[in-house]
Amino acid sequence: MNPTWSRFNITSIVLGFAFLYLPIVLLIVFSFNESKLVTVWGGFSTKWYVALFHNQGLMDATWVTARVAVISATVATVLGTLAALTLTRYTRFKGRMLFSGMVFAPLVMPEVITGLSLLLLFVAVGLDRGFLTVTLAHITLTMCFVAVVVQSRLVTFDRSLEEAAMDLGAPPVKTFFQITLPVIMPAIVSGWMLAFTLSLDDLVIASFTSGPGATTLPMKIYSQVRLGVTPEINAACTILIAVVAVGVIVASLANKRREVQRQRDEQAAQRG
Amino acid sequence: MSNAAVTAAASSHATDTGKSALARLSAAFIGRLVIIIPYLWLVFFFLIPFVIVFKISLSQTAIAIPPYTPVLGFGDGLSGFLAQLKQLSIDNYTWLTQDALYFNAYVTSVIVAAISTVLTLLVGYPIAYGMARAPATLRPTLLMLVILPFWTSFLIRVYAWIGILKPEGLLNQLLLSTGVISQPLIVLNTYTAIFIGIVYSYLPFMVLPLYSSLEKMDYSLIEAAKDLGCPPTSAFWKITFPLSVPGVIAGCLLVFIPAVGEFVIPDLLGGSQTLMIGKTLWNEFFANRDWPVSSAVAVILLLLLIVPMMLFQRAQARAQEQDK
Repeated sequence: MNPTWSRFNITSIVLGFAFLYLPIVLLIVFSFNESKLVTVWGGFSTKWYVALFHNQGLMDATWVTARVAVISATVATVLGTLAALTLTRYTRFKGRMLFSGMVFAPLVMPEVITGLSLLLLFVAVGLDRGFLTVTLAHITLTMCFVAVVVQSRLVTFDRSLEEAAMDLGAPPVKTFFQITLPVIMPAIVSGWMLAFTLSLDDLVIASFTSGPGATTLPMKIYSQVRLGVTPEINAACTILIAVVAVGVIVASLANKRREVQRQRDEQAAQRG
Repeated sequence: MSNAAVTAAASSHATDTGKSALARLSAAFIGRLVIIIPYLWLVFFFLIPFVIVFKISLSQTAIAIPPYTPVLGFGDGLSGFLAQLKQLSIDNYTWLTQDALYFNAYVTSVIVAAISTVLTLLVGYPIAYGMARAPATLRPTLLMLVILPFWTSFLIRVYAWIGILKPEGLLNQLLLSTGVISQPLIVLNTYTAIFIGIVYSYLPFMVLPLYSSLEKMDYSLIEAAKDLGCPPTSAFWKITFPLSVPGVIAGCLLVFIPAVGEFVIPDLLGGSQTLMIGKTLWNEFFANRDWPVSSAVAVILLLLLIVPMMLFQRAQARAQEQDK
């Protein structure tokens, strides 16, 4: 049954997307503004981008952020995938309730609480605040997001494939790497990307857990925003948006291609 | 088949079962590891930190590194540890009840989060409904378009609104030039700006669960209602809305819980005149350097959110069961 798409439906979608996208579009437009005033158009210019690359503090922060994001996303993906396997495959073990609580709670936990509690942990165990502590904090936060993404794929996974492989004599570990992993790979990849962007974005937890020498880009942007809105920040934000948008689009195109390839393979198999 | 062949086959079968027993044993061991590694990580980096927050919320502020006493430890043996335990007190909590600032901040945060949640639902529902009724070929693209802003930085999206809402910002320029208003509207640094910021930032969290419950709906129910003479509005309230309630609950919890403790939005859009608990905790920690009091603020905030959080976890578990 095909529902009708009324004029009301179309209007609400158009208005909704305008609301979602207009602020971002305006931000990008005004990063190319000649004038120092962010809200008065003074002609096209890329001078703020040039200024950006000469801002040593900002460049250092970008480098720190990128390293934290890559390392934490990678570790979080491994841990998150294990957590997702635990949640879907092991339905009975002691403390399962506690475990699923610990996986879901960080998703909604106010960041100020997570940040403060992690900082107090690092102080209690005598770990100096810096690059390592931010990375550990980000792993903890983002592994839960990875777990949810991978878990939603594992729930719909056809277990008979694994059973067939094991009936044919493949040991469980081999079965996992040759059957399960390739099937859930798209979910793992999008989990990694989600973890990467969350780490890239985070201001609050990083502010609590970071120390001197490990200022991240959001911390830098935040401290400048407090002093006022400038086209230079608009330019920095635009670059960040561009990096993420390109990443997301490339990943979804790759995903689509894999999907098409898979369907072709299945059809070929059916034709025999 | 000769006897020798049978014996050979039997013995090879025996080694097979021997191997598979070993494989099963190692599989069981690996199965354990799959559980233990993420479990221990979360216990150490998520659970234990809360215990520490609770302990420090019972400590006293001190001019020292770290800035609180007592620093619990077994350096002086068990008796020393017990003596330190006796120094713990609930002074910080009494302090929180005596100063009206904290009470007001908690109440305001809950009210602001509740109003924002309702507003997000009002904005998000028509979008999710429109998406669920869109042609099937268009739906993946629409879904992608809702998720995409979520990938761009939270801080950036909040920052973008400063330029729009400022007294000399784009909104006022537009309204002044079209003659809708003659005086610039003061929106930035008010609660209105916080509402806009929360609705804008959390909209995808509301739309996604709503969409997934609306998309599953069987539209022949609406057709049947229409055939039986039910007007569209009452068909909506009698059929569509009740069926989307799981999505409404999940969406509202996903917006409400983090919004109560939100820091970035009230700080950047709300200015100094607005009061919210996330900002209070931040200032207590970074400006006043009072770790024990900020820990006490965090403990109370957590207690406030524990019921909605448990509801959220139950909703998640139920959705998982349904997927199976």
